[in-house]
Amino acid sequence: MSALGIPGTTSSGGTGTGPAERSPNVHLPSALKLGVRRARLELLQYFRQRDAVVFTFGYPLIMLLIFGSIFSGNVQGTNIPYVQYFTAGITATGMMSIGFQSVSIAIASDRTDKSIKRLRGLPMPQLSYFLGKLLAALVEGVIQTTLLITCAVIFFHVHLPATAGRWFTLVWVFALGLGTCAGLGVLLGGWVKDGRTANAVTLPPFLVLQFISGVFFPLNQLSPTLRTIGGLFPLKWMCQGLRSVFLSDQALVAEPSHAWQLPQTALILAAWLVGSLLLALRTFRWKEKYER
Amino acid sequence: MHALVKTYAQRNAVDGLSFEVAAGETFALLGPNGAGKTTTTEILEGHRSRDGGQVAVLGVDPQRADRAWRARIGIVLQSVGDFHDLTVLEVVRHFAGYFPQPRDPDEVIELVGLTEQRKVRDAKLSGGQRRRLDVALGILGRPEVLFLDEPTTGFDPEARRRFWELIRALRTSGTTILLTTHYLDEAEQLADRVAVINHGRLLALDTPDRLGGRDRAPTVITWIDDEHGVERRLETAEPTRALRELLARQPEGEEIRGLSVHQPTLEEIYLAMVDGTDAGHAEASSAGQETR
Repeated sequence: MSALGIPGTTSSGGTGTGPAERSPNVHLPSALKLGVRRARLELLQYFRQRDAVVFTFGYPLIMLLIFGSIFSGNVQGTNIPYVQYFTAGITATGMMSIGFQSVSIAIASDRTDKSIKRLRGLPMPQLSYFLGKLLAALVEGVIQTTLLITCAVIFFHVHLPATAGRWFTLVWVFALGLGTCAGLGVLLGGWVKDGRTANAVTLPPFLVLQFISGVFFPLNQLSPTLRTIGGLFPLKWMCQGLRSVFLSDQALVAEPSHAWQLPQTALILAAWLVGSLLLALRTFRWKEKYER
Repeated sequence: MHALVKTYAQRNAVDGLSFEVAAGETFALLGPNGAGKTTTTEILEGHRSRDGGQVAVLGVDPQRADRAWRARIGIVLQSVGDFHDLTVLEVVRHFAGYFPQPRDPDEVIELVGLTEQRKVRDAKLSGGQRRRLDVALGILGRPEVLFLDEPTTGFDPEARRRFWELIRALRTSGTTILLTTHYLDEAEQLADRVAVINHGRLLALDTPDRLGGRDRAPTVITWIDDEHGVERRLETAEPTRALRELLARQPEGEEIRGLSVHQPTLEEIYLAMVDGTDAGHAEASSAGQETR
């Protein structure tokens, strides 16, 4: 009998803590259960890194307070306070920051410091790793969104959604939007060379999209070309979906299409979500180049 | 495993290596840096692919291993990312959840001697303590085969002794152990058999006391010749007779300074072996005969 070389089983006297106590036909924990376990660990670890927490949650909050205080007027050609328009945009930005930036940086660091190699050697389904990241991002996103909306309601007279339909829109825009961003985060986290470059790589698309997706500048102030480019990416649709939740229908005058386009929004976000997740799972680098 | 080959940039990092490890055996891989120890170990762990040969660990090809197989092995890698702000107990409890039949987390922490540090965050542990946490995670799932890649690097002498106790206990309980190490005393203390490899090839494979003909090698007698003030060294197959002659020459009542009689140490045997192949390899390379 041998352990390496020839098929066989281990023999032993079985004192106390040995492998002999193992019984046959044991059940491995499910991918979902391990995913939830991983999310719990990731969140615990995340909330103990105070600087990262303050930065991620603080950035959109500070932007909201600053922009809300400086630009007290209305969106050009309408009677909608700019801050209400901006609340929707910065909430979407917050989702993108958690889904896209945090997830990609976390994955890239896992690859750099070889945490991922440790996980690869464990009886863990690969799916659990992504589930853990996704669920952790969802929890962080809920906290972030709640903070932003609370702040907007208290300081800038933004109204909570009045109808069940609008609450429902909030939920699905949040879920699809954050899911899409996290999918892209997984994709990028697997692509970049290492954890140190992840931040530099995520920042440009993140910033550019904020300018052409109706976060800082209302869409009716953008040139049609920029609007078209912005419309290719999910952030624009997340912002628009959230505006339909927080603004009255009178605000439709500021929308270039004069409609909230909710079915279209759902379709586009769902397509991005499925596409990014499929591509991410297919291209993900579990092994670094030097390990092949 | 049989005739294992791993090629990097047309150079064979592992070059036709074959060995078998019996169930319950502690097997040590020795060799200088770059000899192919880690590459070999990682192929056995399923972390790397191979370019030739056959490998079976617990009867399964590691390249095609599934979760159930992973649940039966334990891996302690050379260096992997740390857990920053998580405590020893949190980490061990978390990873216990990956296995169908884990050991009790508190028991494992006790085994590796981290009970006092169980509430200490990983970032605050010393290098040796962090290594012991790695070992704790490696044995958490009651592995039938345990891979230890240079487990005691950075340990102080006392921690190393305690670690050896732990490995012996695991061996007694039937765990098969594959150990790579730089420390010859470690191999001698722990291993049932030792394989010396260099340039990806097997140089010798035997029990520590017989390796490289150590048991048949001449005995070494050293002493200080006071008359000439130099250290003398004598290698002999008849140590008793040589010693008697030496004593006969010594005036009555006078001590021989620095007298020592010993079998060659594992280190002496090992160094002679590795130096020999290094010289041969360098010649072959410079003569351009290395056509692979």
